[in-house]
Amino acid sequence: MTTKLVVGLDGHASGERALAHASRLAELIGDCELVVTYIVEWSPFSFQTAEENEQRHKRREEETTTALERVVNPAVAKLKAEGLKARGVVRHGDVSDALIAVSTKEGAEQIIVARASEGGFAKRFFGSSTSNLVMSSTVPVTVVS
Amino acid sequence: MNYAQKALIAAAAIAAPASAMAQEAGSLDQKVNAAFATATGPFVNLIFAPFPGTSFPWIVMWLVVGASIFTLYFGFVQFRFFGHAIKLVKGDYSDPNDAGEVSHFQALTTALSGTVGLGNIAGVAVAVGIGGPGATFWMILAGLLGMASKFTECTLAVKYRNEYPDGTVSGGPMYYMKKGFAELGLPGGGFLAIVFSVFCILGALGGGNMFQANQAHAQIAGIVGDYPGWITGVVFAAVVFAVIVGGIKSIAQVTEKVVPFMGILYVGASLVIILMNYDQIGAAFGSIFAGAFTGLGVAGGLVGALIQGFKRAAFSNEAGVGSAAIAHAAVRTKEPITEGFVSLLEPLIDTVVICTMTALVITISGQLIVNPETGLFVLNEAGTAIATVGDTSGVALTSAAFGSAISWFPYVLAVAVVLFAFSTMISWSYYGLKAWTYLFGEGKTSELTFKIIFCVFIVIGAAASLGPVIDFSDAAIFAMAVVNIFALYFLMKLVRRELNSYAGRLKSGEIKAYAH
Repeated sequence: MTTKLVVGLDGHASGERALAHASRLAELIGDCELVVTYIVEWSPFSFQTAEENEQRHKRREEETTTALERVVNPAVAKLKAEGLKARGVVRHGDVSDALIAVSTKEGAEQIIVARASEGGFAKRFFGSSTSNLVMSSTVPVTVVS
Repeated sequence: MNYAQKALIAAAAIAAPASAMAQEAGSLDQKVNAAFATATGPFVNLIFAPFPGTSFPWIVMWLVVGASIFTLYFGFVQFRFFGHAIKLVKGDYSDPNDAGEVSHFQALTTALSGTVGLGNIAGVAVAVGIGGPGATFWMILAGLLGMASKFTECTLAVKYRNEYPDGTVSGGPMYYMKKGFAELGLPGGGFLAIVFSVFCILGALGGGNMFQANQAHAQIAGIVGDYPGWITGVVFAAVVFAVIVGGIKSIAQVTEKVVPFMGILYVGASLVIILMNYDQIGAAFGSIFAGAFTGLGVAGGLVGALIQGFKRAAFSNEAGVGSAAIAHAAVRTKEPITEGFVSLLEPLIDTVVICTMTALVITISGQLIVNPETGLFVLNEAGTAIATVGDTSGVALTSAAFGSAISWFPYVLAVAVVLFAFSTMISWSYYGLKAWTYLFGEGKTSELTFKIIFCVFIVIGAAASLGPVIDFSDAAIFAMAVVNIFALYFLMKLVRRELNSYAGRLKSGEIKAYAH
């Protein structure tokens, strides 16, 4: 049975580290599929103008296309070039919730993410997506530093 | 001032020789005011014409009857599906796979930013100032009935919206009039859509624009001292111009985020004042109920209280008007009826909660002068409204009521008023623009023309005095309701079909809540 690993990318260098670790794990496992996932951060409880609402569907499509073209597809292509089985997924929503939802749906054995190097007051105050993921995930999580 | 008196004044303004008016009109404000009253008088008189032999405006009856019929036709939908509406807003029924679209919450808050505004602060003060606390009772009743009107129009707005190939959506009464009538094989849908669009543009320029600028100026002048209204108008016009024409969305985004907090702050302050005077809460509700059925000692008596209550409720929550349906149309849902359920919360939040808070604060604060011997309200010299401490009216009355309990609150209120006015103007510029593009087609020149006209009217609104502006605002918005409710009577069976289907599937368990 194929083992599935979900790799969360954020479009930054930290995502590359997660990808590299997932790639090593997949080689060790052998029969493994990597689900490269990018979550566009979005809340259904933010306030928007009528004009933004009118354009929302269009923007969602654009955001999905951009994430696929700039982050997900190059990562999938790189993994495939290494001889690994991989495919990409883009979702909108809360990063930790959406990653857990994708992993549960896929029946993944593990979620692999990288700790973002950026810190700052806001992240200390509100908590980061990574720590939220670790705290609430029902699937084992590996955080690459 | 009753409508007969207003009509007389308007007629006198029309008949007065231009030279005499010019002599009297010393300042620019007065000149704008006089010209405005002359230009809009006949339209205002037509919309607010009373039933022959009575002082009851036919338009108020039109709204009340419409809301009552929708309430009965849909079997008190506003109460039966209230809990379900809350669940929908919380996202309990939102498919996680649909995430990333416009949520019910966003559609609701967007529409609320257009309706929660000066009507809740200034409009209620006008109603209570003329009709006494009893007007509050009729306002609440109109709010509860209006929930059914909003349910009907917003369901249709989503069902018949336009979805363009690029993924954008446009909707509103003009679309459901045209498509809905065509679906039923009825003639005249296209004509109604055009008439509605014309009134929507006038409503956007009146209530959605001039009234806001006017009351924002009144509040600022109340804080910093009197100065010409056109100065406020020019500043507001410049900022609105920057947002709607210049594409500086950051200003609108900031406002959209700050306004809900101002709303919470406003309701919070109201609660503090009400709780500080907890011993008067019983008496305040007593005067609301007593005034609702007797109307003793208020201008216009019982009918005056009733008219003022219904008028202010309609102006504040816009149920039956069709404006908010334009904002709700953008929601992403597979079931149009769900947005109907969500939208029915709007009159409740706007009128039943926020307007009642304002009315209670004014009643409790003692700003309305009562004759200690008779216990009845004292009318002002003209006999047109209840005399108030400091002779205030409109937003100044609300400000004085808050200031009597929390001395610094008028400053917060001034900020709230400016932000409410600004967000309402941005929302209504969108509603007006949708109607404009429906009539004249989409395109940069067409859109820019409307936006410039909109900004010019901000200056006019801030410069004109309260009377003509408030009358024109009411008239234009009520004119939208005339066409909209007429169309809703024909289309409501389509909504009932949706309602029965959805209610059946909800009961059978076919429609499930998603676990979060």
